[in-house]
Amino acid sequence: MGKKIDQAQVRKVAKLARLELSEAEVEEFTGQLSAILDYVEKMNELDTEGVEPLAHCLAISNVLREDGVAESLGTEAALANAPQRDGEFFKVPKILDGGSGA
Amino acid sequence: MSDFQHKVIVGLEIHVQLCTRSKMFCGCAVAFGEQANSRVCPVCLGMPGVLPVMNKQAFEYAVLVGLALNCEIPSFTKWDRKSYYYPDLPKNYQISQYDLPLAKDGFIQIPPAGGKKAKGKDEADSAQSKRIGIIRAHLEEDAGKNLHTAGNFSSVDLNRTGTPLLEIVSEPDLSGGAEARALAVELQRIVRYLGVSEGDMQKGQMRFEPNINLVITKDGKEFKTPIVEVKNLNSFRALERSIDYEVQRQLDEFLETGLVLEMGNKTTRGWDDEREVTVLQREKEEAHDYRYFPEPDLVPVELTDAWLDEIRGRLCELPLARQVRYVEEYKLSDYDAGVLTGERGTADFFESAVATGGEPKRVCNLLTQVGLKLANEKGCGVDELGVTAQSVADLAGMVALGDVSAGAAAAIFEAMAETGKEPRLLADELSLIQKSDAGELEAMVDEVLAANPQAVKDVTSGGKKSKKARGFLLGQVMQKTKGQANPKVVSEIIARKFG
Repeated sequence: MGKKIDQAQVRKVAKLARLELSEAEVEEFTGQLSAILDYVEKMNELDTEGVEPLAHCLAISNVLREDGVAESLGTEAALANAPQRDGEFFKVPKILDGGSGA
Repeated sequence: MSDFQHKVIVGLEIHVQLCTRSKMFCGCAVAFGEQANSRVCPVCLGMPGVLPVMNKQAFEYAVLVGLALNCEIPSFTKWDRKSYYYPDLPKNYQISQYDLPLAKDGFIQIPPAGGKKAKGKDEADSAQSKRIGIIRAHLEEDAGKNLHTAGNFSSVDLNRTGTPLLEIVSEPDLSGGAEARALAVELQRIVRYLGVSEGDMQKGQMRFEPNINLVITKDGKEFKTPIVEVKNLNSFRALERSIDYEVQRQLDEFLETGLVLEMGNKTTRGWDDEREVTVLQREKEEAHDYRYFPEPDLVPVELTDAWLDEIRGRLCELPLARQVRYVEEYKLSDYDAGVLTGERGTADFFESAVATGGEPKRVCNLLTQVGLKLANEKGCGVDELGVTAQSVADLAGMVALGDVSAGAAAAIFEAMAETGKEPRLLADELSLIQKSDAGELEAMVDEVLAANPQAVKDVTSGGKKSKKARGFLLGQVMQKTKGQANPKVVSEIIARKFG
């Protein structure tokens, strides 16, 4: 079976995931990812006619909690493991574009 | 320049922060203005191994808004991950909804934009509300705040991370800045009526992202300009101005370059509030590759009919319907009805006062001219002034009977808010009761006429001096009663004397 994914696609996915890969890794992962896709491809052999798409692998729903406030960690504990801090804030590399904000 | 026409096409994305007590997936308090990074826990910090649990209230609030926006509410909804590589959401993804939102295919009625200014024969038209389609509404978590410092780094506060946000997407049915503003104002009124959000702009609880382009008809051909999305607007004014600015900018750009809409030439711009211009935002090429996939950490929500009915039971009469009803039922002007229905507390208070016998127009005048001013000064609602609806109705009745003047009623209202006393008692205490007793006033008029023969002569001689002399005599009577005479009654008596 031919390769399901090429090196350019692996590089793109790595870039999107903010991963830096060496040339050797790109080659290695291209093979591995293709093998995974080949394996998943087997599922296409099944007849899924009339089968509802699955939204979740667990057959349960409605796991909800009441709107109650619990204690938070507090600033000191929250920042305890931060590589860098700026007073009460996490200190991170400068964000250059305006893309943040949900 | 050749002849051309243009049509403006605007769609809106609106984020509304829901006023739950705790965050969407953890028990951290939703709080504004707290010490940075104090309201965080392993879940909203994105620590490995933690699991989110959905806040039931956030889900129900979102469904309630969906119902108010006349949406279809599917019985099955699920959560998805959206890739997001910014430090204000440390999980590196945002939990959102992609293909199965909790509400879709609805609409919102908005009051006519600028309708308040319309006068005369256009008034009937301007009273028509416009229907704007709602494509979908879904729940997602908010990000924290990145603070851009002068130094070569950014500071991050994660208190807001995980706050429930409702994203509402409209159809591109809006015709410009004024209509977009009208929709935003109406939505704010709705979420406040429903009690699901404070809709406080200063706290960033409502944020807008309009998509704008033009259809230009030139030499019999149609051209569409490239779509521009303006990001993160947090005031009604910025929303309206940025759209109006974009319309002009796109028109100029088209006439200069002839650039038209193509796949992939949509751009993102920011709004510079000081210069009042939109500014092109540079984005990384792949920034919008969100790579959604189903959220494995959260199970779907199935909404039973009984549960949906229970949520539907929390709907109330919506503000625009109430405004229209006030015009029809109470014969108020559209403007007055709009002011009274601005906040649910004000509208409820107005209706209580009318229910206890207050004449609608007079109660309305007292509330809009005095009550709301006082409430505004004190930073509270009209219903929180310590004045009962019954006493406002009573005061309106006293004005109707001519017992107190409109000016005196304002003073009595203020004293009611100060002391909590009944209006009639205060009118006595403050000596603000108007004398309307014709017998008593007639004796005073006779005294004044006897004391001012010259003025009496001027009145009887007619001409220019007559009117002035009548005014003088009225003034004398008012002075004699220390302003407590009902001037209308006094004028009538004087007129009769010379009749």
